[in-house]
Amino acid sequence: MAKLFAVTLLIIAIVSAVPIIRNTWHPVEDISAHGQAIDDQMSETMWEAGISFLVSQIFLAWLIFRFSGSRPGEKTKTFPGGAKGLVAAAIILVGVEVFALGAFGVKAWGNIYFTQPGPDALPIQVQAGQFAFYFRYPGPDGKLGPIHADKISEGNQNFFGLDPANDVESRDDIVTAEMAIPVNKEVRLLMHAKDVSHSFYVPALRIHQDFVPGLDLQLHFTATKVGRYEIVCSQLCGLGHYNMKAYLSVLSQPDYDEWLKKEAALQ
Amino acid sequence: MNNKRFCSAILVSVVAPSLLFAGTISGKVTYTGTPAKQKAIDMSKEPSCAKQHETPQLTETVVPGSNNTLENVVVYISAGAPDENGASAKPVLFTQQGCHYAPHVLAFQVGQELDVANKDQTSHNIHPLPKLNREWNKSQPPGSPDIKEKYDQAEFISVKCNIHPWMHGWFAVLKTSHYAVTGDGGTFTLPNLPPGKYTVTAWQEDYGTKTAEVTITGNETKTADFSFVAKPY
Repeated sequence: MAKLFAVTLLIIAIVSAVPIIRNTWHPVEDISAHGQAIDDQMSETMWEAGISFLVSQIFLAWLIFRFSGSRPGEKTKTFPGGAKGLVAAAIILVGVEVFALGAFGVKAWGNIYFTQPGPDALPIQVQAGQFAFYFRYPGPDGKLGPIHADKISEGNQNFFGLDPANDVESRDDIVTAEMAIPVNKEVRLLMHAKDVSHSFYVPALRIHQDFVPGLDLQLHFTATKVGRYEIVCSQLCGLGHYNMKAYLSVLSQPDYDEWLKKEAALQ
Repeated sequence: MNNKRFCSAILVSVVAPSLLFAGTISGKVTYTGTPAKQKAIDMSKEPSCAKQHETPQLTETVVPGSNNTLENVVVYISAGAPDENGASAKPVLFTQQGCHYAPHVLAFQVGQELDVANKDQTSHNIHPLPKLNREWNKSQPPGSPDIKEKYDQAEFISVKCNIHPWMHGWFAVLKTSHYAVTGDGGTFTLPNLPPGKYTVTAWQEDYGTKTAEVTITGNETKTADFSFVAKPY
């Protein structure tokens, strides 16, 4: 019976590795300047974890196969008490693996999240609220007007709480429900939440950042391929979470200029 | 006098004055200055709604009509008429269609049944925000039966959808059956008013209220026009 179990374990381990080795499930195509580093790191993690998984499963199956059944006169070593060397080796092996992944992974991650955007990065503000994203672009003055929480009036499309009657900087601000950016241009995203925690997740951009109520967060990235992509909220934020999404259009510079002009006319 | 004739006499003496001396107040609601531009609503995140609008739905906080008139203004008798309960009145309907509330301003009476319908292929979560009445918010998936509610206190209640932040409307809960909501042309008519001194109030969601004192002495039509000062933002 134990031998059958060992064989079954071996089969399950090998079968589950097949789709990964055959690369059956591709991530969506990367459209960002930094995405390759993330993909490489993910790939490295998958290989290391996959090989460790296979080796440990095969080893486990061999142990079961080899040592199953009663063996009169032989004493079984258990932990605690015996097999100290084996357990210590396993802990060290797994620990080194986790540290190695962390040490290499933090480099890919830190290059995106711990660096400053360039001075020419295009500033775009994004506000997450139950259950929609809204975006704000500075107008010709290059400035975003101040936010007054008490002025928020969603029924009147004043999602950011602007006061154009008193704030000159707010008068030319462009508020949109879709995000458009020029291709190959660095974008500086200024993020805040209106109510609870949300998340800005664009799988194609390899960008995934939470909104934290009360914090103004920044993110910067460059999109390298024209197209239309989905921005989704990946933090359970309430009843309408399933429906919280927006679209990101990566446009050529002339198309982007045209889009911004059109949106400005709608304000 | 037999019973039948007696009853007829009573009926005539009660009903006749209100028919013979039923006055009417009518007028127009206008604005001066420049109102804020109605903004286009982007519903792209809800394609089933977006495709229902050939041109984008516009915000309705201020809806100017032709010749400087104002739509969606509630005009009602705020004093001078006895309080009424609308429990026996026909239910009013508030529809969610194309991720938009129709009508934008719904006036009805205290105690009157309110039916909320979802005609969309997406879920809505209607959330009126009363200050005096009991607050509720209800999720309404596609195909759900109408939500039936009523309010005990007169007040103006802001209504929003908890799922689609751009959806906004108003309930005008009134303790009178003498009310009207202006349409294109900004006109209103308040008929069947017995003789008396009335305060007529016009309410606009962004501009506030204006009142006028009108006295009805008999079978006549009095005019009460209202003018609001528009705000450019």
